[in-house]
Amino acid sequence: MPFIVCTQHLREVGPSQKEMFPGGTVREVLQQAAQRYPRLTGYVLDDQGEVRKHVAIFIGGELQNRRTVLDRTVQADEEIYILQALSGG
Amino acid sequence: MSERILLATRKGLLDFQKRGGNWTNTRTSFAGQPVSAVLRDPVKGLLYAALNLGHFGVKLHRSADEGANWEEITCPSYAGIAGEEKPSLQLIWILERDQQGTLWAGTIPGGLFKSTDDGNSWQLNENLWNNPMRKEWFGGGYDAAGIHSICVDQRGDGKMALAVSCGGVWLSDDYGETWRASTKGMIADYMPPEQADNPATQDPHRLVQCTAEPDHFWVQHHNGIFYSSDRCANWTRVHAQPSSFGFAVAVHPHNPQEAWFVPGIKDEKRYPVDSRLVVTHTQDAGVTFHLQTNGLPQQESFDLIYRHCLDIDSSGKQLVMASTTGNMWLSENGGAQWQCITNYLPPVYAVRFV
Repeated sequence: MPFIVCTQHLREVGPSQKEMFPGGTVREVLQQAAQRYPRLTGYVLDDQGEVRKHVAIFIGGELQNRRTVLDRTVQADEEIYILQALSGG
Repeated sequence: MSERILLATRKGLLDFQKRGGNWTNTRTSFAGQPVSAVLRDPVKGLLYAALNLGHFGVKLHRSADEGANWEEITCPSYAGIAGEEKPSLQLIWILERDQQGTLWAGTIPGGLFKSTDDGNSWQLNENLWNNPMRKEWFGGGYDAAGIHSICVDQRGDGKMALAVSCGGVWLSDDYGETWRASTKGMIADYMPPEQADNPATQDPHRLVQCTAEPDHFWVQHHNGIFYSSDRCANWTRVHAQPSSFGFAVAVHPHNPQEAWFVPGIKDEKRYPVDSRLVVTHTQDAGVTFHLQTNGLPQQESFDLIYRHCLDIDSSGKQLVMASTTGNMWLSENGGAQWQCITNYLPPVYAVRFV
């Protein structure tokens, strides 16, 4: 199963250590993570369900395009890092 | 007189209380986090704090023990609201509670929300959101328009007034079922001449209502000061020296003709005229103003009192104001004398006597 790990700034609402969640796309993995961390979704996605402007998602060490990342397929051993983008100050 | 002031600041929610004759911060909640609005429900003893976490969005928290503990509750949301603009909550700019216990939230990008269950759920007022004039609203200091003032008439008959930057003053007679713009007499000289009196382009910075005389309102507008004695049907422009530009206004809870303003140099400079921080005070509906300076810095002041940063308590004698540069003053005699409470605050976004 893919892993999710969040920045320490999200430690109260999401996994700050690697945790596995099932899912074939980033969106699906986040939905599964929300079962255990119900506040996480609102910190990563905005009202329209899009990745927030100043949230950065890395997979395999590569920064993902926030407009397309939710539909990206993920492999079983891939790690999804959720960080705050420096662009937000 | 009130002995407690809540401050929403860039670095947390501060709880100032009067102890032994001195005002001190008794608790900092959400330390390091920007708090945009705060509200206390005096009936249920609940506190509400709106946070603007930037990267992670707007959040809303509630406390049932005067701020000792907080729980995150549902935020107003634009989820499911259709349209090309794809609205998303950017800021909770104001929180208010009416006589029935309903909570109201004014937001950027311009939606009005209400909750009838202490914030557990929120509903967008679609009647206002779908009003065709809203298409003409635009941002005043922000990328999108926002509702910053909500006045629910304490007579409990459904009358409401709210103000939008930039989008005018709006009235409802039925708790938001229907709305109409009401800005006759206001002028927007930052617009082309033919648009100067367009209700949708007016920029009231703050709207306040006299508690005891609820047909009387004051507006600190981008273009000056306006007063209405007929529930916003007509607005009269009045002029104060050294400037009629500013953001905040406070009205006496019993005397509708008495109000306070904190002027700055318009438009883009926005610091005190001659670097002297003054309060302008009228007791005759703006026919005359006099300056209140006792206890306020009269040189090298860059203090800007932002739109929610001036408040008056229910006695009508005690005022508090705090600036974007972290200074806070209080008066116990209607502004005749001001006492500096602290110079070490973060930028302050709102102050409220509770």
